[in-house]
Amino acid sequence: MNISVASGKGGTGKTTIALALATLLSQRGIHAAILDCDVEEPNVNLFLKADIHSVDTVYTPVPSVDEARCNGCGKCEQMCRFSAIVIVGGKPLVLPDMCHSCGGCYRVCPEKAIQEIPKEIGGIEEGLKGNLHYAGGRLRIGEPMAAPLIKEVKQYACDADVRVIDCPPGTSCSAIESVRGSDYVILIAEPTPFGLNDLQIIVGMLRQIEVGFGVVINKSDIGDDRVYRYCREEAVAVLASIPYSPESASEYASGFYHEAFIERFSAEFYSIITSVFSGKLKGVCRNE
Amino acid sequence: MKIAVSVSDNDMTSPVSERFGRAVGFIIYDMESGSNEYIDNTQNLESAQGAGIQAAKNVINSGARVLITGNVGPKAFDVLKKAGIDVYTRADGTVWDAIEDYNTGLLQKANDANAAPHW
Repeated sequence: MNISVASGKGGTGKTTIALALATLLSQRGIHAAILDCDVEEPNVNLFLKADIHSVDTVYTPVPSVDEARCNGCGKCEQMCRFSAIVIVGGKPLVLPDMCHSCGGCYRVCPEKAIQEIPKEIGGIEEGLKGNLHYAGGRLRIGEPMAAPLIKEVKQYACDADVRVIDCPPGTSCSAIESVRGSDYVILIAEPTPFGLNDLQIIVGMLRQIEVGFGVVINKSDIGDDRVYRYCREEAVAVLASIPYSPESASEYASGFYHEAFIERFSAEFYSIITSVFSGKLKGVCRNE
Repeated sequence: MKIAVSVSDNDMTSPVSERFGRAVGFIIYDMESGSNEYIDNTQNLESAQGAGIQAAKNVINSGARVLITGNVGPKAFDVLKKAGIDVYTRADGTVWDAIEDYNTGLLQKANDANAAPHW
C-alpha cells in the first residue's frame, strides 16, 4: 500500500506526520517504509537518522548530436515540445536542462546523428532505522526537473506492506508525480486563509487524477473555521485535528522530535490510522 | 546590419522591453536603410517554458546581428551566442534612444546572461 502525505501549502507538517505515521506502523510490527519524494529539499532523514547503507546515482537520457552526421534538417527541433534541441546556423544546439527524455529527437533523426547520453540528475539513499525502511531522493543542485528522480525513488522499498510517501508541497509536476499511484493521500492543512486556498487547489488536483484522500488539520487551534467549513461543504473527510504545540515546535528545532510527537498526539494518530487502514491492514487499528 | 530591440508595442518611441523571452515583440531596425519592421513574439507569452529559446530563434530568423534588450536568461543567451548575435542588455529609454546609444558606443556588450532562468 502506498500512502502519500501531501499538502498544497508548504510548512504544514507533512514530514512530521509522515514520519510519525511510518514510525508508528513499524512499531506495531508492520513492514513499513518511508520515502522522501521532496527531492528538492529532502529532510526526512534529518529527523529519522537512519543508518544509510547505500547511495545510488540517478541518470536521465539526453540527446548528444554527432555534428559530422547532422545535415541540419530540423526534424529534431520540430519534434521537441520543450525547445531542448534547436537548429542555430544550420546545426543543432542541445539545451539539456529543457529535455524531458522522451527520446523523440533520437527516433526522428533520419541521419541517425543523435544518440542518448546519461545526465546525472541526483541520488537516492537507502537506510534502516529499527524496522523502518527509508529511501530518499536528493536532486542535483541546479537540476530543474524533479519528476524523473521522484519516479525512481518510488521504485524503492517495494516489498514493504505500507510505504509512506513524504511529498513535495504544492500541485506542480513533482507533487503530482509523488502522489500518482497512491492508494490514499493524507492532506495536511492549516486552518488559515493561505492554508484554505492551497487546500482547495490540491483537492482539485487529486479529484482530477482520481486518488482518494482525507484531511488532517494541523495547528488546528490557530486561524479560523473556514477549512472545517470547506471540508464539510465539499464532503472531504477530516481524519484528525492536531493542535499547535510549542513543545513540539521546540523539539522539531532540536532535530529530535517525532517519538515525542507520536506520544503527545497518540489519540490523533490512532484516529488517522483507523480511518486510513481500517479493513485494509490487519493489526494496526485500535478496535481490531 | 539589422538590430533587434525588444518592445511591448510596435512603436519606435516605445520603451525597450525589460523582458526578452516574453517580450511582446521585436522591432528590427535596418541601420543601412533606416527602415524598420516588427516581429511578433506573443506566442511565447503563454508558453510554460522555453520562451527565451524561442524568442532567440525569432531574433535569429529576423536576420538581426545585434540584440538590445533588458534582461537575457542563460539558455536564450547560449542560443544567441551560438548564432553569433551580439547582446546588449540593461538598455533604457525608447527604441530610438537605444539605437542612438548603440551607435555612439554607450551600450555595454553582455558577455553572459544577466538574469536567472524563469526570471
